[in-house]
Amino acid sequence: MTIEELEQIATSVQQENAKYDYEVNVCMDLACASQGAGLLRDALVKIAEASGKKVLVRKTGCMGPCSSGPLVRVDPDETLYGKVKAENAGAIINSLGDQPVAELQCDLNEHFEKQVRVVLENAGHIDPEKIDEYISRDGYKALLTALTEMTPNGVVHRITESGLRGRGGGGYPSGLKWGTVAKASGDLKYVVCNGDEGDPGAFMDRSVMEGDPHRVIEGMAIAAYAVGASKGFIYVRAEYPVAVSRLTTALREARRRGLLGSGICNTTFNFDIEIRLGAGAFVCGEETALLASIEGRRGTPKPRPPYPAVSGLWGKPTLINNVETYANIAPIVRNGGKWFYNMGSERSKGTKVFALTGRIKNTGLIEVPLGIKLWEIIDVIGGGVPGGHKLKAIQTGGPSGGCIPANMMGLGVSYDALMAAGSIMGSGGMIVMDDTSCMVNVARFFVEFCMTESCGKCIPCRAGTAQMYTLLTRFCEGTGTMDDLELLIELCDTVKETSLCGLGQTAPNPVLSTLKYFKNEYLEHIVHKRCPAGVCNMAGVTAAEPATVEVLA
Amino acid sequence: MAAFTPPPLPSDDKRWKIVAGTMRKNGFARHALIETLHTVQSSFGYLDDDAIRFVARSLRIPLSQAYGVVTFYHYFSLKPPGKHTITLCAGTACYIKGTDKLIASAEKHLAVKSGQTTKDGQVSLMTARCVGACSRAPVMICDGEIGGEVTDEQMIAQLERWAVE
Repeated sequence: MTIEELEQIATSVQQENAKYDYEVNVCMDLACASQGAGLLRDALVKIAEASGKKVLVRKTGCMGPCSSGPLVRVDPDETLYGKVKAENAGAIINSLGDQPVAELQCDLNEHFEKQVRVVLENAGHIDPEKIDEYISRDGYKALLTALTEMTPNGVVHRITESGLRGRGGGGYPSGLKWGTVAKASGDLKYVVCNGDEGDPGAFMDRSVMEGDPHRVIEGMAIAAYAVGASKGFIYVRAEYPVAVSRLTTALREARRRGLLGSGICNTTFNFDIEIRLGAGAFVCGEETALLASIEGRRGTPKPRPPYPAVSGLWGKPTLINNVETYANIAPIVRNGGKWFYNMGSERSKGTKVFALTGRIKNTGLIEVPLGIKLWEIIDVIGGGVPGGHKLKAIQTGGPSGGCIPANMMGLGVSYDALMAAGSIMGSGGMIVMDDTSCMVNVARFFVEFCMTESCGKCIPCRAGTAQMYTLLTRFCEGTGTMDDLELLIELCDTVKETSLCGLGQTAPNPVLSTLKYFKNEYLEHIVHKRCPAGVCNMAGVTAAEPATVEVLA
Repeated sequence: MAAFTPPPLPSDDKRWKIVAGTMRKNGFARHALIETLHTVQSSFGYLDDDAIRFVARSLRIPLSQAYGVVTFYHYFSLKPPGKHTITLCAGTACYIKGTDKLIASAEKHLAVKSGQTTKDGQVSLMTARCVGACSRAPVMICDGEIGGEVTDEQMIAQLERWAVE
């Protein structure tokens, strides 16, 4: 495979597409598929054939606004239809070349206006199971450019220059990590992609792996060239069977095209990738635990240093990045580091994909430049909180993150700003809560999660999270006291400071951030034995212990 | 080093050949343990003692270590599943939208705790840590079929359909 051959493939795909007057793209991502997108696509294909019009019906990855699904986009007019049923297929095909079907059209201009698509540039535009469609949108161009025109050092330099930071949540500068692995000695090195998206409420990585799998593979191959690795692993959760099958297909296609394997692009560069299935352990998102799992062992973390960059998989230097980080690589190599550096805020460059869910009108997948204000995400892109309810908080970063209260919506979204607010960027889950959510109960939910997901290796996390859960349960049941609250705060501090890995170190975050911004809710639970949101059931407690209330109040 | 001969298959059941195939593909390497266990579970539906013993011996892994891996990961099950499985997603987005009430209602209706199977072996009630369909929360998965924005009535109706089969 050479650049010329790549261009030939792209041209032939474009010629093939030019035969059609219209392209009808049907989103087949999980959310749309669960609402009958499969039947809809079959109906569209059948009616399109019968109509005699030159129509190409294509199944694509996630288009974004899942709450309006199933989604259909008609090109070249870019008409977006929402909540389309199979029986609407006839109306859509009939409307081609005429006025669009008004009652199905979605007015989501505001939703899309503030978004910038880098990682998701192909999602909703290509059939993820066809490598040629990816190639026709500049796919694998970055890999071949890197192989033929750049030195490995040049690639690392470009990534450093772009200011890209790890998208898995930690925000470690990617260029620095790549440089460390590149400098590490050893003839065998590995490149690992962390697709163990364990954060409940986050599905960006799933959508990228399902909607544009070649982008991840290309990113990994470029990384392998840059650091001198010859073998790669993609670690995917077993809960994502579609992602696994799309990646398997994509790997096979890439090998067939000579983009993986030995002597890629007539150079001496050899690289291939294997898929490894997770088996349902949140802690495996932690890099050393993930490596243990790839080696076929229990996913327990190891103390660092040595970092995986020096001693990782089977003791060899290993580069681990998240799915979204790899998905950013090809555009950076193609467009230059400066291009990426110019997007985003001062210390957080580029764009970030968020999974916007919870009590918000437009749920789904969004990609925004970093530095964007929270209110822009919630009010403009998200369309606000529905049902006349009031926004209470936004939870970012999953069980390791925290809740940001409604009065801080002016905050710019960046690694540092979120950290300062007591939360973290995390992998990109953004869950909106309104006045029907009890913050004490939410804190208990996350602590319960960390408690059951603790691997049990170190005591602060194993025993500490269990005790935190007991204390929070007391609050929720109305039996907690002020002493319990003090104990909880002290315990949070201990668990945070002394746990071995990220899971334990960040487990207190949901408690600490809710205590910081919603202390009155804790006090309501403890002192007045009532839950302001009406979530916690304290029946019987109020009447049984009036004396305690007196003393404490 | 003497050539390694893997132990004989536990029975004539053809599914063991699939399991052995996974191990052979990986050269009977120890790191293939989790891959192999996945194959066992997808072929048999669960992992029993014989299966774990067979895999451990074939890959030359101490039984304790293999058992440790099986029990460490939530995805592996030591009990056979019911005829039907309902999985309720308990991720954050689903939780915010009231999955806890759905779980309680299903537990009451089936008279089992989550993670258990009804006495007649008809239905297994499971919970999941986020299936990634958060935009359609709360989510349930009935025999692999995903359903979003689930109401209590819908869920109970599904359980009743299974009960009368």
